Amino acid sequence: MDAIYLDHAATTFVLPEVRAAMEPFLGEVPGNPSSMHRFGRRAKAALEDAREAVASLIGASPPEVVFTSGGTEANNAALVGAALALRDRGRHVVTSAVEHHAVLHTCEWLEEWGFEVTYVPPGRDGVTDPEAVVEALRPDTVLVSLMWVNNETGAVQPVRETAARVRERGIVFHTDAVQAVPWLETDVDEVGCDLLTLSGHKLHGPQGVGALYVRRGTPWLPLLRGGGQERGRRAGTENLPGIVGLGAAAAWAKANRSAARERARRLKERFLAVLREGFPDAVVHSPAHAVPAIVNVGFPGASAETLLMNLDLAGIAASSGSACTSGSLQPSHVLSAMGVPEDLVRSSVRFSFSSHTTMEEVETAGRKTAEIARRLCRRERHG
Amino acid sequence: MGKATVVVAMSGGVDSSVAAALLKEQGYDVIGITMRLRGEEEPSPGARGCCSVDDVSDARRVCESLGIPFYAVNYREAFEQRVIRYFEEEYRRGRTPNPCIACNIYMKYDLLLQQAMDLGADYLATGHYVRSGYDERRGRHLLRKSVDRRKDQSYVLYHLTQDQLARTLFPLGEFTKVQVREMAARFGLRVANKPESQDICFIPDGDYAGFLRRRMGEDPPEGELVDTAGNVVGTHRGIPFYTIGQRKGLGVALGRPVYVVDIQPETNRVVLGSGEEVFSRELLASGVNLIAVPELDRPLRVAAKIRYTAPEVPATVYPVTEGKVHVVFDEPQRAITPGQAVVFYDGDLVVGGAVIDKRL
Repeated sequence: MDAIYLDHAATTFVLPEVRAAMEPFLGEVPGNPSSMHRFGRRAKAALEDAREAVASLIGASPPEVVFTSGGTEANNAALVGAALALRDRGRHVVTSAVEHHAVLHTCEWLEEWGFEVTYVPPGRDGVTDPEAVVEALRPDTVLVSLMWVNNETGAVQPVRETAARVRERGIVFHTDAVQAVPWLETDVDEVGCDLLTLSGHKLHGPQGVGALYVRRGTPWLPLLRGGGQERGRRAGTENLPGIVGLGAAAAWAKANRSAARERARRLKERFLAVLREGFPDAVVHSPAHAVPAIVNVGFPGASAETLLMNLDLAGIAASSGSACTSGSLQPSHVLSAMGVPEDLVRSSVRFSFSSHTTMEEVETAGRKTAEIARRLCRRERHG
Repeated sequence: MGKATVVVAMSGGVDSSVAAALLKEQGYDVIGITMRLRGEEEPSPGARGCCSVDDVSDARRVCESLGIPFYAVNYREAFEQRVIRYFEEEYRRGRTPNPCIACNIYMKYDLLLQQAMDLGADYLATGHYVRSGYDERRGRHLLRKSVDRRKDQSYVLYHLTQDQLARTLFPLGEFTKVQVREMAARFGLRVANKPESQDICFIPDGDYAGFLRRRMGEDPPEGELVDTAGNVVGTHRGIPFYTIGQRKGLGVALGRPVYVVDIQPETNRVVLGSGEEVFSRELLASGVNLIAVPELDRPLRVAAKIRYTAPEVPATVYPVTEGKVHVVFDEPQRAITPGQAVVFYDGDLVVGGAVIDKRL
């Protein structure tokens, strides 16, 4: 049985061209970019090529890109690094209630260190109102972090409007753009952010690599200390195969992003049409203004856990909420913050597509999902 | 497609892992499921319960090596409500609970069985050492002891209904523990040499008094220790900390060996008596479940067992009213304990069982 993978928001597959780019650096002597000899020179050149590709994808200049071990490290570095640098100016941070745990738990950690954090709730559509963020600002606010695209619903947050309002007050603005970069035109100047997080494996790159954009002049302190790698902003020998892979993925995304987005829009429409035909009670949590690659659907009367197991047995991979929270089995904090009733939260499943998902796959998945949901709901009703 | 689909309740231990491997070998489509029953607390070193975080990881890796799907399901809330609370309540009422039976009744053969059916499975299998099968002549699903008499677990499964037995498989019933360990090695299971789990998984250190104190938040009220004539001979530390037949830690010196012979929650008293007074010949039990016979319409001669570790002894079971029985032993039995199960056997067969309410 061919498996249908609809969990690309958890992790994508690695593109063949990305793997090919990485191959030389998985060989015998990858070379250390800090070495002066020929091996080192080759490595250093590849590292800087990758930096250029990533910078080009987000409209940054290459020296503003710092490679990290992934989105989580980049989010930690952004928040802790800015908070530490600004702690004498003020100790108040504003973020949203629907951020990824890499942001939320880092904020909670900052609270343990004496910072105060305001978590702005979203509207019922999962979108955070820029006005609500502005209202949360205080004279001692030094940092605002607002994700660009929500990883559970795909909701696009008004980062540009928010960044403008925040930065006119001299407050540093960070955006977790892990789920935005694969799908939306990303320009750090157009958005107006000081810090931006992206991740390799959401972009058809390898796992274990990501990047933090740090606008020139932003008050920020590096988290990792040691060697002088990454211009002293992230010590430790570089994950060269990973970084080269990220570079190749970035180049691919730049060339294919808008076509992929258009395709995902058609996939989503078809998927929801088939799903609703077979299961009219489906509740779509993703708002109209969302990245089309992420669809969050509630199946009233069915348990998401059981639904996902049945889907897996039928060869369809999806998830409830983010992969990082599925293990802990906590109901989604994102849907809860949107005011979705708890039993509906517990019946909600996320389907996410990639540029390689086919129309046939979403049709099959929509049909089978509806079938399973119907069976489970019938069972519930008849006890 | 295999011959049928089976969900195996995986604890991460050797028994359920071998059960899964055997069923796979026999041609079933096998799905492994582990119930998450408790929080993510740090495991205490040296002590082993089942279903801890490490055990979930073991079960997952075993399933991966067998090439079968694996899921962990979250039953923490239900386990808290239906097993741990029951455990606490029974002690408060002066009874001695059997949480493993409660877990079988409410977790494995209720929630997990339903989960298996929701996945479209035909059966739920466990690594229990018992045998089951349909008997044409009686027209009933029967439960039998394991061939390994020392490992036999039929006592904790007396509650299985006909409907549950029809949907349950016990792949290990025909094997001894030694054979199961050998099979684990033959299947190359990484848990082949894993130590046995303890009886009460949520009290891995065995200190149930400490557990009850932490749970209750406050110490239960002290009360009178009395002898069988009603004379006050001392003070007890709270009813939950005593069990029938207990001799140690009573805190009284009466110049002769004394034992707990009764616990009276309504007066908050613990009654002490002689070694002889710990024995009694009769008991009343409720919540009867019958397996080998459809009903109890006349007195029945059985071999009865009053706790997991007790030997079987000859007895007669008299029906009282719906769901209640009166059991009379041929010889007096030591420490018949309310809250424990009394299980009736006819040779290998489990006739049925009930929960002890009172010794007479």
